[in-house]
Amino acid sequence: MVQIEYLHKKFGTNHVLSGIDLEIEQGGIFAVLGPNGSGKTTLIKSILGMVIPDSGNIKISGEIVRNQWKYRNEINYLPQIANFPGNLKVKELINMIKDLRAGKKAEDQHLIELFRLAPFMNKKLSNLSGGTKQKVNLVLTFMFDSPLIILDEPTSGLDPISYLRLKELIKAEKVKEKTILITSHIMGFVEEIADEIVFLLEGKIYFKGSIRELKAKTEQPDFEHAIASILTTSDV
Amino acid sequence: MFKILKYSFFDLVRSRWSYVYFLFYLLLGIVLLFLNNDLSKAVITLMNVIIILVPLIGTIFGVMYYYNSREFTELLLAQPVKRSSIFLGQYFGVAFSLAMSLVIGLGLPFVFYGIFNSSAIWDFSLLLITGALLTFIFTALAFVIALANENKIKGFGYAILLWLFMAVIYDGLFLMSLIYFEDYPLDKFSLAATMLNPVDLSRVLILLKLDISALLGYTGAVFQKFFGTNLGLILSTGMLVLWVLIPTGIIYRMAKRKDF
Repeated sequence: MVQIEYLHKKFGTNHVLSGIDLEIEQGGIFAVLGPNGSGKTTLIKSILGMVIPDSGNIKISGEIVRNQWKYRNEINYLPQIANFPGNLKVKELINMIKDLRAGKKAEDQHLIELFRLAPFMNKKLSNLSGGTKQKVNLVLTFMFDSPLIILDEPTSGLDPISYLRLKELIKAEKVKEKTILITSHIMGFVEEIADEIVFLLEGKIYFKGSIRELKAKTEQPDFEHAIASILTTSDV
Repeated sequence: MFKILKYSFFDLVRSRWSYVYFLFYLLLGIVLLFLNNDLSKAVITLMNVIIILVPLIGTIFGVMYYYNSREFTELLLAQPVKRSSIFLGQYFGVAFSLAMSLVIGLGLPFVFYGIFNSSAIWDFSLLLITGALLTFIFTALAFVIALANENKIKGFGYAILLWLFMAVIYDGLFLMSLIYFEDYPLDKFSLAATMLNPVDLSRVLILLKLDISALLGYTGAVFQKFFGTNLGLILSTGMLVLWVLIPTGIIYRMAKRKDF
């Protein structure tokens, strides 16, 4: 689904990605983990074409994505910070994104009910709380049917019920053979839903495999300690 | 691009600041026309306000809009939209809404005053056209500055400096060089120097249309000879258009390479 070859990116003197080689197969939930500043968001943004890599290639379904834009029709992306133009109403924003992806079927009604957003549809985005904005963000992400879904910190700001709904949503997408890429700092969430872990450390891939393999490699009984042991043994 | 333009435009048209800007011109137009009763004097006063204020509002609004819509831009970047369309769409959205505030705000009082039956209609249209072009020029320059600076404070700083330079300092330098080199023939130099600053160019264009160039002395005569002709008018309008096109081209190029 996604092939990344020898990806390098520097911001000033800061080498954020230094030679990432990664292949993500079709279908399944992949969690991209790593300490703060390890390049998770940069990697995701390179896939989306928001960050332009210094060298290396990214291929999605076999096509190199550099300077392309149509391929994003096949990706649903949930950004980390949801901040929208304040003058627009929720309904208008949803319609606008639908308009930008004209030709794709949007299933927003079901999601609006799921996250109980109906009373907010005619409110301006600047008047919404952080959690409600995140729900709007989730609706925008999940309303299209795309083979690749990228979620950057999807749980931030959500109340427990919405959090449960989000997990159900992700699992439902997985059943449909979608490829889902997630970053999160909530280890319980990752452990519950991820099929595979990609662990980034200092701009390189330190580990790729299942949670079971990670536990075996680090000789730790549970997932949180396995991650912690990577961070302590690697002198970060 | 037109979809982004449409949304940026409607977003701005509904914001409070567009109305404030619009009402300001409406009020200015009404006060000048109905308390003054002299059309060409009103046009000159308007010119002085427009020449200073339009570039200021254009730069500040452009920079502010860019920084304020950063997250929104990121949302758009993840959609199947061409990069350059996003930025050009936003730029034209800001510039169109500002230009509309100006043209409608000033236009309405003049229409009620009966501008269509007056001989000043051409002076007035020229005023509005240069005002609109100045809006496009300075909004584009503001977008270039904002794209080049991640730091908001720096961006605002450079934007204000740019305005100060174009609207105030440039004239000072120009005048000083005229005094310093007064022993030399300066007509070509002053023509070129005027052409290179859109603010000065607009001012001279309007002044000469108003037939008060006699007040400008010898230089005025040279200017009248150049700008007063059709060729001069076409050249200087072309120059203003060039001032729009070049920064727009730079926006296009920068948008292609920038990281978010």
